[in-house]
Amino acid sequence: MLDFYDLVIIGGGPAGLAAALSARENGLGKILIAERDNCLGGILNQCIHNGFGLHYFKEELTGPEYAGRFIKKLAGSGIDCALDTMVLEIARDKSVKILNKKGYRSIGAGSVIIATGCRERTRGAIAVPGERPAGIFTAGTAQRYVNIEGLMPGRKALILGSGDIGLIMARRMTLEGAEVAACVELMPYSGGLTRNIVQCLEDYNIPLYLSHTLIDIQGKKRVERVIAARVDENRKPVPGSEKVFDCDTVLLSVGLIPENELSRGAGIEIDPRTNGAFVYENMETSSEGIFACGNAVHVHDLADFVTEEGFRAGKAAAGYILKGGKSSGGFINVNTAGGVSYTVPQRITTEALESKTDLFFRVNRVFGRSEILVRDGENIIRTCRRERMSPGEMERISLPPCSVGGLTVEAKEV
Amino acid sequence: MFDAAIIGCGITGAALAFELSRYKLKILILEKENDVSQGASKANSGIIHAGYDPMPGTKMAALNVEGARLAEELCQNLDVEYKKCGSLVLAFSAEEEKTLELLYNQGVENGVPELEIIRGEAIRKLEPNVSGKATAALYAPGAAVVIPWDYVLALAETAVQNGAELRLNAEVSAVEKTGGFYKIKCGNKKDEIEEIESRFVLNAAGVNSAEIHNMIAPPNFKITPNRGEYYLLDKAQAKIASRVIFQCPNEKGKGVLVSTTAHGNIIIGPDSSDVSDGENTATSLRGLAYVAETARKSVPSLDFRANIRNFSGVRANPDSGDFIIQEAEGAPGFIDLAGIKSPGLSAAPAIAKLAVSMLEQSGLALIKKENFIYTRRKIRFANLSEKDKQTLVRENPNYGRIICRCETVTEGEILDALRSPIIPRSIDAVKRRCGAGLGRCQGGFCSPRVTELISKELCINPLELEQDRSGSYIFTSETKGGGKDA
Repeated sequence: MLDFYDLVIIGGGPAGLAAALSARENGLGKILIAERDNCLGGILNQCIHNGFGLHYFKEELTGPEYAGRFIKKLAGSGIDCALDTMVLEIARDKSVKILNKKGYRSIGAGSVIIATGCRERTRGAIAVPGERPAGIFTAGTAQRYVNIEGLMPGRKALILGSGDIGLIMARRMTLEGAEVAACVELMPYSGGLTRNIVQCLEDYNIPLYLSHTLIDIQGKKRVERVIAARVDENRKPVPGSEKVFDCDTVLLSVGLIPENELSRGAGIEIDPRTNGAFVYENMETSSEGIFACGNAVHVHDLADFVTEEGFRAGKAAAGYILKGGKSSGGFINVNTAGGVSYTVPQRITTEALESKTDLFFRVNRVFGRSEILVRDGENIIRTCRRERMSPGEMERISLPPCSVGGLTVEAKEV
Repeated sequence: MFDAAIIGCGITGAALAFELSRYKLKILILEKENDVSQGASKANSGIIHAGYDPMPGTKMAALNVEGARLAEELCQNLDVEYKKCGSLVLAFSAEEEKTLELLYNQGVENGVPELEIIRGEAIRKLEPNVSGKATAALYAPGAAVVIPWDYVLALAETAVQNGAELRLNAEVSAVEKTGGFYKIKCGNKKDEIEEIESRFVLNAAGVNSAEIHNMIAPPNFKITPNRGEYYLLDKAQAKIASRVIFQCPNEKGKGVLVSTTAHGNIIIGPDSSDVSDGENTATSLRGLAYVAETARKSVPSLDFRANIRNFSGVRANPDSGDFIIQEAEGAPGFIDLAGIKSPGLSAAPAIAKLAVSMLEQSGLALIKKENFIYTRRKIRFANLSEKDKQTLVRENPNYGRIICRCETVTEGEILDALRSPIIPRSIDAVKRRCGAGLGRCQGGFCSPRVTELISKELCINPLELEQDRSGSYIFTSETKGGGKDA
């Protein structure tokens, strides 16, 4: 006899935890969280810096503290957790195949929430040439070594890319007594939050080289030196602009990719702009009864927003089951124009059009003083002003009730 | 006293060791690196060529065709990941079509079965992503792909199972003939130099084979290291090519190919540039750009954003243009197997058989072992049926914990690797044995877990753990708090 859950949540990080709690609060019965690590909390467990919870708890917490608040709530809630458990497949009937030391089996599910987070882009993804010695880590892996395993990945590091984890690790390495030679960013703007540029680089006098990249990594056994160069407007290295950095470590913070191998396997439509599932405002994917939330949908800047998205997905999954397993019919697309890279949700169900919807998006370049325009057909139904926008900071607007066939979100400088 | 000492444990050395281990002999393999398959044998296209490329009458021609024939059974018996996928050589002009004719005729003369020249849309029927500008192609259904380091490991492990002795970190610094045998000095550290004695010596030292030859005989060949750079794409791109897609060979070699791999990735490369240092396996902006641009001529839709790793390998280019398989002048029983560049991987089992017959002629008595082991089985969880997965985890729960999520490699498979005949002592040595870290996240997720398993199973302090080659340490110290249990 197949075990059956009303809801199986894949991933026990901030998104999955919030989804589970909200599904329970909204009246759902049997809920299972499948977590591949040996404890809940996901990547938050290695994020020992503070800055979590400012939006949601209105106080500043570390990653483990932030996760701890949700894990505590989970105790006694009757929600089942399977740790050290990997989901290998989501079948068409929504049953999931799970693997752990107790066995390999299928579990029936009324609904599924994909909360699998994201992974880091690697050296290969950006084809950094040079030798392949030890000492090249993605920033998140280095963070795990330092904060969980108690092992230092190097003495003198260069950070390639200015994503938030790279910035956080620049500070962390410095505090652990290592030297950070520089942070090198391909784009003319930082990929991380301004607060991290200030608190992790500027406060420690770590130079940030914008419009630069690495053109060579040297060292037969361990990294010995790297060569950086300025890039032109086509992101091609400019001859003569080379800078040599002697270092034993390169940390890569060159972007995150939502983990969607399971989603793809389940035939869920993936948005090539986010690398996450296309979702409706309630976080349902193109497959009925399968929802997604958190960094598996699009990469967030703040865990607080991940939590919020998890709540939405959990509530919707509960509603889906309690209403007898039916999704709504029609929807409209949210289109993008101007400098808007993508929106989440990408689709709004017709029944949600009458209520207010929060819309998240990123711009594809740095904007000065600008306007965000939302069109409903030809009519502008909302205008928001911003002093500055950058791709490293997620934007959020709330949509008024709207009516017709298709919304467009556009950003333009004024 | 050993009967035979093999210098170098790449594909040639491993095939020799395997072939010799059929007989009642004391065999020693000397490898200067800390694992086998560390030179060109781990960084190449992984192709078992059909055998139409080499000029008829050359050693390459005969040994390629024979080696490719032997490879299929070997790989089956030794559980090497092998896929007989077939290959295409594309022609883009009338002139190149003439080259195809030439290759076809060479192939027929070399004894390559089933060759066929196909034209126009028949090409796209086989490989829909091939450029519409390709007018004809030489189709060789017998070409195959293997995981080259797995092939080396399979041969070397089986030789070890059959009693051959393998010494790692044993760089040869001198060879000397004394009476009826050879004295070889080896060892990587000055204070750990060891002298071993062997009646016969086989020089399979790859890019360093001329150097080894010159220790015992007057120089009579030159090896020029020649580097080739590659891209490896995510398995999600697998549909791009299901065969090996070559362009017409030119003076630089077989040119840039786009191919499926035995694991189901897409491999793209190599270029060709002479390097002064046989260990120069760097990649370069220029080389990678050339590979990408040239490969797009065959398959215009290649998406290099799906790249997961770049690497390069160094060919041992012989000045003679052909494999150098000879008894060294004035050194009876010292056999060179040098200049084994492409199609060396394909030819290896045949090269080994030829070398063994040369040893026999030189006076080595070959008496077959009754209990020769000619089998090797590995558990690859991801490839098992649903039912076998269930049974396996029930019998051994270690197969129920995934360590490498990209390639679905379990703790059980990593422990199997750590207990295999040639014990892996680095992260990449484990990767080569069970695939953990080969996937799209390139070990970002599994490295900390593999580190923990290696440290625990082999009692290695993580601070001494290496990424790959000797000296490639991963960690520089503990954190201020001091290690995991602090």
